[in-house]
This record gives sequence, C-alpha cells and structure tokens, in this order.
Amino acid sequence: MIAPQIASQIPLALSLAIPLAGAVGIIAARRTPNLREAVTLITAGLLLLAVWSLLPAVLAGERPALTLVELLPGVAIALRVEPLGMLFAAVATLLWPINSLYSIGYMRGNREAHQTRFYVCFAIALGAAIGIAFAANLLTLFIFYEILTLSTYPLVTHKGSEAAVRAGRVYLGILIATSIGLLLPAIVWTWHLAGHLDFVPGGLIAGHLDGPLLAVLLGLYVFGIGKAALMPMHRWLPAAMVAPTPVSALLHAVAVVKAGVFTVVKVLVYVFGLESLQSVPSAQWLLYAAGFTIIAASLIALHQDNLKRRLAYSTVSQLSYVVLAAAILAPISAIGAALHIAAHAFGKITLFFAAGAIYTAAHKTEISQLDGIGRRMPWTMGAFAIGALSMIGLPPAAGFLSKWYMLLGALETEQLVAVAVIVASTLLNAAYFVPIVYAAFFRSERAAAGEAPSHGEAPRPMVIALTATAALTLLLFLFPEVPLTLARQLVES
Amino acid sequence: MAALGLYNYWIVIFLMMAGFYVVIAQGNLVKKIVGINVLQTSVFLLYISMGKVQGGTAPIVVAGATSYSNPLPHVLILTAIVVGIATTALGLALAIRIKEAYGTVEEDEIHAQDESL
Amino acid sequence: MIAAHLPALQVVVPLLAAPICLLLGRGRWAWAFATAVSWLTLAIAVALLSQIGNGDLPGYAFGDWPAPWGIEYRVDRLSAFVLLIVSGIAAAILPYAWRSVAREIPPEQQAIFFTALLLCLAGLLGITITGDAFNLFVLLEISSLASYTLIAMGRDRRALTAAYQYLIMGTIGATFILIGVGLLYMLTGTLNMADLAIRIAPLQESRTLHTAFAFLVVGIGLKLALFPLHLWLPNAYAYAPSVVTAFLAATATKVALYALIRFLYTIFGVAFAFDAMLTHWILLPLSLAAILSASLVAIFQDDVKRMLAYSSVAQIGYMTLGLALVSVTGLTAALLHLFNHALMKGALFLALGAVAYRLGPVRLTGMAGLGRQMPWTLAAFVVGGLSLIGVPLTVGFVSKWYLILAAIEAGWWPVAALILIASLLAVLYIWRVVEVAYFRPRPAGAEAVTEVPLALLAPTWALVLANLYFGLDTRLTVGLAETAAAGLFAGVAR
Repeated sequence: MIAPQIASQIPLALSLAIPLAGAVGIIAARRTPNLREAVTLITAGLLLLAVWSLLPAVLAGERPALTLVELLPGVAIALRVEPLGMLFAAVATLLWPINSLYSIGYMRGNREAHQTRFYVCFAIALGAAIGIAFAANLLTLFIFYEILTLSTYPLVTHKGSEAAVRAGRVYLGILIATSIGLLLPAIVWTWHLAGHLDFVPGGLIAGHLDGPLLAVLLGLYVFGIGKAALMPMHRWLPAAMVAPTPVSALLHAVAVVKAGVFTVVKVLVYVFGLESLQSVPSAQWLLYAAGFTIIAASLIALHQDNLKRRLAYSTVSQLSYVVLAAAILAPISAIGAALHIAAHAFGKITLFFAAGAIYTAAHKTEISQLDGIGRRMPWTMGAFAIGALSMIGLPPAAGFLSKWYMLLGALETEQLVAVAVIVASTLLNAAYFVPIVYAAFFRSERAAAGEAPSHGEAPRPMVIALTATAALTLLLFLFPEVPLTLARQLVES
Repeated sequence: MAALGLYNYWIVIFLMMAGFYVVIAQGNLVKKIVGINVLQTSVFLLYISMGKVQGGTAPIVVAGATSYSNPLPHVLILTAIVVGIATTALGLALAIRIKEAYGTVEEDEIHAQDESL
Repeated sequence: MIAAHLPALQVVVPLLAAPICLLLGRGRWAWAFATAVSWLTLAIAVALLSQIGNGDLPGYAFGDWPAPWGIEYRVDRLSAFVLLIVSGIAAAILPYAWRSVAREIPPEQQAIFFTALLLCLAGLLGITITGDAFNLFVLLEISSLASYTLIAMGRDRRALTAAYQYLIMGTIGATFILIGVGLLYMLTGTLNMADLAIRIAPLQESRTLHTAFAFLVVGIGLKLALFPLHLWLPNAYAYAPSVVTAFLAATATKVALYALIRFLYTIFGVAFAFDAMLTHWILLPLSLAAILSASLVAIFQDDVKRMLAYSSVAQIGYMTLGLALVSVTGLTAALLHLFNHALMKGALFLALGAVAYRLGPVRLTGMAGLGRQMPWTLAAFVVGGLSLIGVPLTVGFVSKWYLILAAIEAGWWPVAALILIASLLAVLYIWRVVEVAYFRPRPAGAEAVTEVPLALLAPTWALVLANLYFGLDTRLTVGLAETAAAGLFAGVAR
C-alpha cells in the first residue's frame, strides 16, 4: 500500500522543487544567455512532465497528497491534488514551455534589460501557481498566493520607468491590500469556526455558519481574492499591462488570474459547499456582482484603443464568467467554470502572443494602427482570429464548450439574469473583437506619413508559440474529454 | 487629627509633587536634574518612614530592647540612593557634553539650534 | 554541579565581564571578550530552556537564604523565552559590532562602549530572571543607565539630547516603579514575587494596592514606550549608534513588556489586574492609538531610522493589544510578537546599520539606487520589511495570525479590522524605501558604494534567516508562548 503512495508523492514534490531548482539554475547560468534560456526551457519541460505524470492517477480517482511542514499547530503546509487543481496545473504547465519559447523571441527581439531577473521571477511565479493549484488547505493556498503576488511584482515593474513603478504600486497595493485586509481575516474566521482549514468536499464550514453572516464571509473571500479581478478589485489587471508581453500572456492571462478564479471556485466548492450556499438566499449577491463585472468590463473594453488594455478588460470580463458560472451553484455550470479556466487560458494567451508579436515586428500598440496588418503577418492575425472566436464563444473554439455548460446550468436553475448576462456579453465580445480582425484582413494599410512599413512576420519562436496555442484552442474543442472528466470529478466529489 | 499624624506622608507627597513639577516645568537641564533628585528623595523618605516601628530602637541587639525598627527598607533605600547618585552623575555628565556641543543648557535654545539645521 | 548555578550565572557572567572588559582597554580585545561573553550567555539561556524542557523550573537562592527572605532567581517558560531572545539578539549583534563600532565610535571609547553594552545586557537578563520585585528595580536601573550612556555615544550631537531626554523620562518611570514596589512592601512586608502574589490576593480592596498598581503600570509604561509615553523613543533610536539601536529596539522594550506581564499576571493576578482594575480598557485604546498614529507618522519620516523607530512604537502597540484582549490566545499573540518583533527589528536595524556604515546618516533620498550597489544588504531589508508587514513564511505572519485570531475569538471585529489596516500602513512605509532603493538611480555625483564586509552581512543575515526559520518552524515559539500564556492565566508558574 505504501509504495504507490510514495510513487505519486515524488512527482508532487518535484512539481514544487523543479521551478525552484530552475530559478537557482538560471541565476547560476546568468553569464551565458544561451545556457540560461536552455535552463528555462528544460525547467519548463521537466515541470510539464512532473505535473502531467500525476494526471492518469488523478483521472483514475486517486488524490496524491504530501505534507511538507507543520506551520501552526494543526495546520500544515500540505499538498493534495484534486481534479480542479490538476486541471489548472496541467494548463499552466502546458503553456509555460510555449511561453518560454515566446519569451526568448520577445526579450531578445526587444533587447530587454535584466533578463536573468525576468526568468528567475517567472520560474518562482510558476512554482507558486503550482503550489496554489495543489494546496491541501487554505493556509497553504494563502502562502503561495502571496508568493505569487510578490514574485510577479518585479515582472510588472520590469521596465523600471516611472509609469512601471506607478503601475507596480497599484498592482501590489490592490493585491496585498485585498489579501491581507480581507482574505486573511476570512481564513482566520474560518479557522475559528471550523477548527481546521483543510479543503473538504461538501464544504469546510458547512453547518458552522448560516444566514447573512455567511454572505459576509463570502464577500470577504471573493473580494479578498483580488486576483479574480471582480469589480471593484480589478484595477491591478490593466495596470499590470505595463509589463513585457510574455508576462501579460502567461501570468496575467493564465497563471495569476486563473489562480484567482481557481481560488474562488475552490472556496465556493470546498469551503462553503455548493449545497449549503444554495440554502442561503443572501449569498445570491455574488451572481449579480459577477454579472455586473462581465458587462461593465466589456463596455470599458469597447472603448480601449490600446490593444493590451482591451485584452486586459476582456480578461476581467472573462474571469467573471468563471465566478458567475460557479455562483449559479448548479453542478453543470460548475463544470462550465472549470472548463472555462482552461478554454480562456488557451484563447487569451494566443491573443496576447499576437499583440506581442505585432509590437515586436511592427512596434504598434494601438488598435487603430492595425489596418491591413493581416496581410503582412498572416500567421499572427490568423491565430488572433481563432483566439477571438474562443472569447466570443463560437465553435470550433474551446470557448464555445464552456459557455454552453454555463448556459445549460443557468437555464436549469432558471437564473434568467445569468442567461441574459451571458447572451449580452457574447454580443459585446463580438463587438470589440470582430472589428480588429476585420480591419487587419479587409482594410487596406494606411501608410504613415513619410515612412513605408517594411516589416514582415515576427521572429520565428514567437510565431511557433502563438500557432501552437491557437492550435490548442481548437484541439480543446475537438477533444475535451480530459478536462471534462476532471470537471465532472470536481462536481461529484 | 489622624491626617496630621501622618505628617511624614504629607512631606513625601509635597516633595514628590515639587520635584515632579521642577522636572516638567524647568527648561534648564541642570535644574531638571535637581528636580529628579527631589523626586527621588521623596521616595527615600517614603521607604524610611515605613520602616519605623513605634517605640522601636535601631536594629542592633542590645540588652533591654524588645522592639526594633525594620532594617530592610533602610537597606533597600541605600541601594536606591546609590542608583540615584549614578543617575545624577550621568545626567550632569550629559549636561556638560550638551553644553560643549550646543554652548547652552537651556532646552528651548537647544531646540532652536536643532530646528535651524 | 554547574547546572544548579545556571540561573545566577546568566546574570553574573555578563555583570562581572563588564569591568574586565573595561580593563582590557584596547577596542579589539574588548570586542572579542564581549562577543565571547554574549555567546556564553546564549549558551546558558539555551541550557536553562532545556532544563525546563526536562520538566523542572530552575531556581536559585542567593547566599542560600531561602525565599521569601533572600533574593531568589526563578525561571519559568515565560522568562526562559525572553532570556532566549535577549541573549540570542546580543549574540547576533556583537559580531556585527566589530566593524560597525570601529566606524562609529572613537577608539578610546570603544572599551567603554562594550562595557556599557555588557552592563545593559546583564540588567536586561536580570530583570527577566529575578523573582524579587526590588531586585527588578535595581537591574532595570543598571540596564537603563547603561543604555543612556550607549545612546549618548551616537555621532550626531542630537544623540546627547536624546539620551538626556530618555534619562529624564526613564528615571521618572523607574522612580514610579520604586514607589509602587515600596507600597507593595508596606502592604505585605515581602518583596518576593511569588510571596507577593499570595499575600496580595486577600487585599483586593486596599487603597494602597490600587495606588501601587497605578504607579507600577505607569512606570513600566514609560520604559515600554507605551503610547503616549513613547516620546523619548524615536530620537533615542534615531541618533544612537547603529549597534545600540538594533540592540535596544530588539530587547529593551521587550523586557519592559515582560516586566508588565510579570506584574499584571504573576503578582497582581488576572482577577485583580483586569476584572477589578479594568486595565484592558486602558490598554486597548492606547494600543490602538499607538498602532495607528505611529504607523501614520512613520510613513512621513524622511530619516529611515526614525521611520523604523515609529514603527517600533506601533509594534509595541500590537503587543499591548494582545494583553488587552485578556485571553490565552491574546497573551500568546503578545508573547509571540515580543519574540518575533525582536527578530524583525533586529534584522532591519542591522541592515540599516550596514547602509550607515557606507553612507553615514540614512535619509530616504540617500538610499536611491542602493538596491543594485548593496544587493545583499537591501535584500535583507526587504525580507525584514516583509516580516514586519506580516507576509506568510516570516515570523510576522505567525504573530499577526494569533493576534487576529484572538480579536475574532473575542468578537472584536473593529479591532481585527484596525490590525489589518495598520499592516497595510506598514506596507506603505516599507515600500517607500523599496521603491527608492530599487527604482531610483543613484543621485548624480554621489560616490559609488559597494557591498559591506561579511562581518556586517553575516550577523544581519543570521537574523534574517531566523525570521524565515521561525516563520516556518513554529514549534518552539508557539509551544513556549502557548504554555506560558496558559500558565499565566491559571496563575501557576510553568
């Protein structure tokens, strides 16, 4: 009996150790850039292997677990792989090697400074994301959550300019203020109520608290998890766009923000329990808050001319889909929430990769400059179009699936507000993505005064990366079995 | 009349308040030290008067004496006096150093010099 | 054989070492001797702790006069915990003192400096270990007089006025304590703490007892820098030599807090101190005011040492807040923070001392661009700052956790909210330094600075690593603090 348990603990321990060892290796190799980048790629590859080697066991119903150290009496830093965390970790680790490839092209193409610091922080951030995904209790999750915040701060302020420092202030200010000011008391309160912090299927505090106080605790959690970017805690995300594009792509479209919504879903499912929340009408406010964020963020996105900012507000709105889906509190919509974590990740990283490719090749950042660019950069804009489809939720992109499950859940529970929000936001998504694709392919290029544009496609590594993620978006639509199985396990457990 | 019988305590309280007032109200650093000394002296008297036993003699074994004053407070206050002397010496030494550095021992003049920096 | 004498040696060793240190004369020898002595006291503290772990409470009767007649030293978990942190900080700071003192103190004063430091250490350890109320006063004065001297050795002439101000305030505090102890003796005829506790119990209504209580709380409050009696602290910390600031910030106020806890819980007892005298209703508003006002003032300081000094006033507020919550968890939080704050502030002031070693007085603008030129020093500052903020995996998180838990247990939601708001204020003042150090370029024309020698870095990082270690492995600290707090509430020595 002991042998298989240890066998599953090894990859679990490795999935935390590899990013750390990678960070050390990157520092050691700082003098030779080629070696340093090779270390990054190898670390990303090894981490992918370690995390994905856990997948078969989790699909078969196992829950590998590992206790690291007892931090406070009764609460340990412990890992336990459950379906949702497996899904999140699998997505993040699948995208890291691709993103590393892209980073190398981007950082060299733009001659960015302090590249060693960049790769080190990146590796630590990924390790923290894995820690969040596999956390066995709230305290472990909180610790890795804070590490993720701190390790991404040097990435956001990478440029070191006045604007970057100011953006870093907003970033750190909101994320630290919400996590220490709201999330920490919520966790201490939970500890006080339940006497432990382990995630339990059916709800850790089920039966310990009800009525309006439950809604208050829910508020502390949901707003305390600032990374989920539920309005009005969303301002850090557009601010973070000052970072180099690979950071925006993997961290602020995947790892960091998904860590946020992942935590929200996890809290709803394992701390409150969907059933005990259903019995409290006052907890309904979450649905409306998420719905408001979806619509409001979409409306703001519509008015952004800066491509990365529009993508950022689109992310804010898409994140609230996950919160909305979970807040519908129907098992089938929870499946949609889990799926959307994966679907949005692939689609949004593609969009950011495209934005970074445009910046590297053509030095353009505004949407109004993109007329006709599709003919110069066909791969890039083709991938952008697929990503946009996924955001809108049209087949054959992965976004269709998750929206489908959300709608089913909303209809099943007769949450007409949710149905209306999903429909309206789909139209808004189309309204802010379709014109970009249309202008890129069907408008003729406007020659800027005095200079003839002469650029072609972006550097090869970047194009390979964004084609790969676009392909993944399509593949996820065609072969959704693995994430679907994991999502079903989440609901059944 | 009982209140008058406790005249030693009245003296203690008067000295204590006087010393305290001097420490707070005086701007001269040396006078502040004097105030501290008066304050401490009041406590010495408090201890000594509590050691007095009515009708008792000095705590030395002699024939015929049946009642002795309590020697312990005297011993304690001897220590406190030593501490007080050390404090006074250190305070005065500091005052000298301040006089060397600022050319004055008046608090407001020192403040004025630091402000103007 | 020696094991039985350890409680006495804990104080006697540094006390006797001090004059020897003076006789050694030359700075280097005095330093080496003082360092060896500080390590020996740490070893004694650890040995005492292990004796407690074996189940007995070490005690020592001087001159073989049994308590309550003779002076008795007594070690329980509370005092062993404080002894450990005080001697540990001294052992970490003295190796650092070699280079730092060589830079900041004139050669002819160096032997005096180490003598005063050892006297201060002996006094602080003595306060913590003694079981005699009058002895506590004497040792308090030994440590105080030594610390006035140490502060006055600062290079800035304002160190003199700061030391003078501290001397006046400190002497008033000590005199109040003397009055309080005298009144207790008058009432009970004893000075032994354990004996006092027994004799006070039936005298709850006595007016003399109430007066003694008031004098003692105010007197210790002055030493503790309890808001609003903290006015001496910012200047004293700001202008003292770097080593002295680190040592006093990490130990002196902690020992004063120990004295307060000793008097409130062991001598007066929970029933009298809180149920009858309602001390918590005085401590609570003062603690909250300290936390909020001092944190706010810290944000606007330009002198980084002063900024951390105001932060210390705020952090003392956290400790007294733990007392004011009047629960085992609250007292645990106070004790944990006593230990943890010593580690954080020790590390932070040592890091600042390293900056001062290169730059002289540390103004915020002077730190621009140092992140690149002194990477290890600034990294130590950042980790210490994160610990002060209360980020997980540092000691600051552990004490904050217990403090919030205690507030929630008591149902005092606004207090919990204020603790959290104050943590965010700490983010503000720490991050101000981080931004300047890492994102501003070195001012044009400023000479290039290099990293400080290992003799300064190693002790700093030893404390930084202690911040991380005790943030991860809390068995020792939480175990000791919880057992000690439960014992204090039950009124038994544990």
